[in-house]
Amino acid sequence: MTDPVRDPHAIDGKFPAPESFAQIVVIGAGPAGLAAALACARAGAQVLLVDENPVSANLMADDAPLYFGQRMTGAVQTKARMIEQVFAANPGLEEAFDLGVEVALGTYAWGAFVNGDGVRALPGCVVGLADEDRSWMVGFERLIVASGARDLALSFPGWDQPGVMGANGLHALLNTYDAFAGRRVLILGSGDLALSTALLALARGLEVAGLVEVRNVPQGSADLVAQVAGAGVEILTGHVIQRAEGGIDGVQRVWLTPLAGGAARVIDCDTVCLAIGLVPAIEILDVLGAKLTVDSARGGHVPVLTGDVCASRAEVFVAGDVAGLGLSVEAAQAQGQAAARAALESLGLAATYSASPPAPAPMPTEALAYQTDWVRALLGQGDGSVIVCQCEEVTREALLAVRQPAYLGPPSNKMGARDLGSLAGDGPINQDQIKRLTRACMGVCQARRCREQVALTLAVASGVAVETIPLAGYRAPVRPLALKVLAAWDEAAAMSAGWDVWFGIPTQWTPYADIGTEREGRHAEILGGDMHL
Amino acid sequence: MTAASKTGASVVVVGGGVTGLSAAWWLARSGVDVLVLDKGVVGWEASGRNGGGASHYQSPLFHEEQRLWPQMDELLGYSTEYRRERLIVAVTPSQLRHYEYMADMHGELGYRVDKLDARQIREAVPLAGDNALGGIHVFFGGHANPQRTVQAYAWALQDLGGRIFQHAPVTRLIAGGGRVSAVETPRGTFTCDALVMAAGPQSGQLLEPLRVRLPLAPARAEMIVTEPAPLMAVGGVDGNGLYGRQTLRGNLAYGGGPHEWMDVGPAGPAARPSTPLLRNLAKRVAELLPKAAHLRVIRSWAGVVENTPDGRPVIDRLTSPENVTVATMSGVGFGLSPATGHAIRDLVLDGACSFTDLAKLSLARFADLPEDWREARGWTPAA
Repeated sequence: MTDPVRDPHAIDGKFPAPESFAQIVVIGAGPAGLAAALACARAGAQVLLVDENPVSANLMADDAPLYFGQRMTGAVQTKARMIEQVFAANPGLEEAFDLGVEVALGTYAWGAFVNGDGVRALPGCVVGLADEDRSWMVGFERLIVASGARDLALSFPGWDQPGVMGANGLHALLNTYDAFAGRRVLILGSGDLALSTALLALARGLEVAGLVEVRNVPQGSADLVAQVAGAGVEILTGHVIQRAEGGIDGVQRVWLTPLAGGAARVIDCDTVCLAIGLVPAIEILDVLGAKLTVDSARGGHVPVLTGDVCASRAEVFVAGDVAGLGLSVEAAQAQGQAAARAALESLGLAATYSASPPAPAPMPTEALAYQTDWVRALLGQGDGSVIVCQCEEVTREALLAVRQPAYLGPPSNKMGARDLGSLAGDGPINQDQIKRLTRACMGVCQARRCREQVALTLAVASGVAVETIPLAGYRAPVRPLALKVLAAWDEAAAMSAGWDVWFGIPTQWTPYADIGTEREGRHAEILGGDMHL
Repeated sequence: MTAASKTGASVVVVGGGVTGLSAAWWLARSGVDVLVLDKGVVGWEASGRNGGGASHYQSPLFHEEQRLWPQMDELLGYSTEYRRERLIVAVTPSQLRHYEYMADMHGELGYRVDKLDARQIREAVPLAGDNALGGIHVFFGGHANPQRTVQAYAWALQDLGGRIFQHAPVTRLIAGGGRVSAVETPRGTFTCDALVMAAGPQSGQLLEPLRVRLPLAPARAEMIVTEPAPLMAVGGVDGNGLYGRQTLRGNLAYGGGPHEWMDVGPAGPAARPSTPLLRNLAKRVAELLPKAAHLRVIRSWAGVVENTPDGRPVIDRLTSPENVTVATMSGVGFGLSPATGHAIRDLVLDGACSFTDLAKLSLARFADLPEDWREARGWTPAA
């Protein structure tokens, strides 16, 4: 029997074998990921633990992967010092080394790829990694995604200046980097995230100018509320931030409005920390094609779980905040161990560690309703000129008018008559469609600062629940990577040989008049399929 | 044509991609009551996921494509981000030979193309590097924003009274007496006097029960996008085995290279994943525009297109059912769409194209195609 004919320009067989291989790759060395990596290593698996910390100063300046708000000190410029600092802040890494885990710090996981719907040509399961200089692929048998959570950013007048940042960004600068440049922090929110952020800041000798809550009572647990109150920090319930003002170094002062009416409060601070919520960092899972769902109790868009930990792809497991917010450190560790056990069992490797307690269910929250309340209150502050998408400079007004971007000049009369309402008349609101038209979420921060607030704003403006708005899709690379870094400079020979600009069908490009003449053969001979569109 | 009823239209267009929408818009311009049915959101498949090129010398629609693009913003009433001209950069001697051969072909068709030496191409393309050997400057053609254009067609169609039903996948064509009389969707059954089939990869499956064989092979292709670069005077720059452009926002958006053959069910592609191919695309963009090599890639996308056996479109009014006009552009549909819509309008209303010969794009050319044509070419999904 002869081998089947294959199209020389098809992708089959052109991907090279990955540069290296790990039986189990763990993304994220937080409590869940580290616990997973340790458990896998103890069971004798070959483990690669990837963590992007310390991230480059340039990436931090773009508010990736967290919302750092330009409040990092100059220390983050020195990578060697930062690597030492990351180690010091995470003692479990030492144990991982001792157990033979390959630990890759300062390494970005920008994509993961598994054969499935729409792709069958991959050389097995691969994860794309990169540092500041180059990218490479690593093959794996099992992937444990413990990518954590990123910051929820919401806009208000003056938010687009240094000093406005997210809670996880602040936690990272304080705990992981010891490189926070602020002194006096105003915190937005009063849930456990906001309260624990306040206590952390106080413990690190920072001033906490207060907590701001749009609802009428503090939202967090009574114990944390008591601790914050006991420290003399005021929780301003029934208030919303009206605006922030500042100078060349960013925020200096904010105005708070009582939602029931009355005089604004003016508070001096150099940092406004958004601690209203976090967002499960599902980018890699979406790129993988893992099945996702929206679940307010788990914090928003999260993977569909089968059992406790398995994502919908047989090779992929999840643990920690990415699987659903609200876990304590201990619960995240237990979940990491459970993910490890599931991964090990699927590989036929017996786990030798003692049985871990079952992972407790995430704390019940109603994250999306709470976020919606905040957005509704914030939309009442400032006018339509407030920027929603900083990268593309899309204002609230432009978003809701579905206005074409400024570089196209003034819209036509017909365009001016189109808006969110007319789009909604044609079908359910779709964030990706509105993104294409307005450019909101199309910038270099890869929508980390605007994806959720655009969805929330669209929901509030069109009177639908935010859960009904489909997730704006994530695409690789999930970290912004320079062309020269991402490039496969060592391209496989088969890829180079089979490359064609389009499909490599010579007859496609024959001038119409020449079809069926002797000239057609000459065109095909000289040009093959290598033509332009 | 008879008057429209609420549950039907004079002409039903299956597929709200760029071809179907343009056809519907052209029909509406002629006063025809037209209804577009799409399985999801308009322009969601390959129509909104392509390079945006508008320079298709090979097509019988080429002259009409060139005539129409400069007018499209005004005709539609919405921006398409169309810009004229293209520059094609060679970084290897064989690329330069290819591009110069193409320049001669364009010249024979009566369009201006200049051959540029290394110094000239580096001047014309500020992001090009010392590796640029030369290139060609195409004074026609150009590029537009596919996503904005597809929405522009949709809105322009609505402005003329045409209707678009999204999330209305056609599940069956109802035929009898040599005609299609209605189409079924989960949102209801819609009667028609004439039908335009422009449903991309799904077109063949929808026509099969009518014993119309439209041979199509779907495949997935990929592109990458960088953060914005300073605007070049001519954004329609490509070469080095890539297609693409600098957008008016400044982003560099490029694709090319191997595709993946696949099967697509009646519901359309289940997923449109990117792959590690984006590393190979990044390499070629960095070679094409070395002065942009520091720019960061912030996105990628993939789209699914259908190909005919010879890679050429089928634009044909069928003989049976005689009120059906079929259009598949074989993976090269965006740029030609202003002209394709015109041709389809002519076929539907007049039975023949008024401005060019389409005989070589008829479906009849595949009458003797063997059943296993995909296998014979290796155009099947990887094992």
